[in-house]
Amino acid sequence: MRTAPRKERPYLYRKFKSNLMMGLTCAATLLTLLPLFLVLAYLVSKGFTSLNFAFFTHLPKPVGEPGGGMANAIVGTFELIGLASLIGVPIGIGAGLYLNEYGGAFSAPARFAADVLIGMPSIVVGIFAYAIIVRPMRSFSALAGGFALGIIMIPLVTRTTEEMVRLVPQELREAALALGVTRWRTTVSVVVRTAAAGIATGVILAIARVAGETAPLLFTAFSNRFWARGLREPIASLTVQVYTYAISPFADWQRQAWAGALVLTAIVLALELGVRWITRGRLKPLR
Amino acid sequence: MDNARTAQAASIVPVPASKPREARLIVTDAEKLKVVDLSAFYRGKVALRNINLNIAANQVTAIIGPSGCGKSTLVRCLNRMHEVQSGNHAEGQVWLDGEDIYAPGVDPVQIRRRIGMVFQKATPFPTMSIEDNVTAGLRLNNRRMGRAERDRIVERSLRQAALWDEVKDKLRDPGISLSGGQQQRLCIARALAVEPEVLLMDEPCSALDPISTARIEELIVELKASYTIVLVTHNMQQAARASDYTAFLLNGDLIEFGETNQIFTNPSRRETEEYITGRFG
Repeated sequence: MRTAPRKERPYLYRKFKSNLMMGLTCAATLLTLLPLFLVLAYLVSKGFTSLNFAFFTHLPKPVGEPGGGMANAIVGTFELIGLASLIGVPIGIGAGLYLNEYGGAFSAPARFAADVLIGMPSIVVGIFAYAIIVRPMRSFSALAGGFALGIIMIPLVTRTTEEMVRLVPQELREAALALGVTRWRTTVSVVVRTAAAGIATGVILAIARVAGETAPLLFTAFSNRFWARGLREPIASLTVQVYTYAISPFADWQRQAWAGALVLTAIVLALELGVRWITRGRLKPLR
Repeated sequence: MDNARTAQAASIVPVPASKPREARLIVTDAEKLKVVDLSAFYRGKVALRNINLNIAANQVTAIIGPSGCGKSTLVRCLNRMHEVQSGNHAEGQVWLDGEDIYAPGVDPVQIRRRIGMVFQKATPFPTMSIEDNVTAGLRLNNRRMGRAERDRIVERSLRQAALWDEVKDKLRDPGISLSGGQQQRLCIARALAVEPEVLLMDEPCSALDPISTARIEELIVELKASYTIVLVTHNMQQAARASDYTAFLLNGDLIEFGETNQIFTNPSRRETEEYITGRFG
């Protein structure tokens, strides 16, 4: 018994519609990528001409004198990143391990709090650091800047660590426990080691994120036209320097701001490429 | 020593006659593990009900039964792995050479060093080489080993697991580079390296092909000279081939326990007969 064929729209029409939708999504993808390339192209065209050797080795020159560089700001950015990592990485990894490996009922609220903290505007963190470090010390300082950036890093590292150790199969934990290995040793030597590439990725992405922060540094690390002689002094950073130079009325400073922005972008890009390199094929064993 | 054993034997809790479903304690060999009134729970749901069972030393005891009957739960209770997942707990006693591993104050970590376990899925540590996998249990317990001692342990364990000849030239290769059957034997070697007294095997062949399965069954029979083995299996032929005693579980109850021969040729209970003749399960 054959049923009557259902009346269908012509095949060509359906094929046309399919291709149209595919074309639209492709166009949306191109529009997504367009700003990235425009920004990069603009940055390179404006900044590259102002880049020279002196930019990396010299201190800023006073207004009116041509030349000079941002050596102190480049080093300062790395110093701030280092301080932030000292705070953010151990606390973040520790909290991430706790949430997934030990947390129990406390995990859900703690996870929610970490998510809230990730969404917190960075300037709020800056105000916090200003209130509890800058004010009592009566001085802007590298410490305060590193502290603010560290606070921003903590929830980022926490959440990626948690997600990465969650990918480690439960069977591996049980295999270690069944050998008579303690819980903590299992966590460190099996879980963390298995998830190491993923955790490193999370750390580097968090570093890349705070390397580009400006707002929390404005009133914590402040800025410094010279080399900072200690962690208790204000310190220059690329982001704040770019901000200061870009809004200045001097053409020479504006050019240098472009160069600074290019260097900052290059640093962040290098970190992201580093992540790619670390994780190439390494996350596979996790299945 | 003998006195201690006799004293302990005298303390065996006899199965109350009012519970006809319980198996009789018929093991005649020296017992290594004695399960007394063991019940296990998953988040309050009963998975095992009042199990009484004796595991004979240097024999293979198979645990059979349909899916979900509590085979794995029972074997995981024997080295306190059941409680590793949150919400699980067990009640009752499991005596290991006269010491109740569920007594208060007993550290499960210490128990697991004496009662090793091999799981259904081969789980070599993915970041470790073959030899590091073998010595993982020792290294992660901070046992310091000289090079010679380590090499000796690696060779001994891999030979015991019948894997040495296949991997002796590539001990530095990652453990996960081996085939499925080899990975499972690597896991057996890893469990043996810590020199446990009892080896629990939770369906060790269920993910393996027939040839690898046959190798592991041969291995089980060889290993019982040195270890007491508990083998969980859903494969009745495997239980018949490899074990000396068989326990049949159904819905969390121990239905029948006895010598493997007797269970498979002349079971005393109808459920057992129906299961082993394939009428259900």
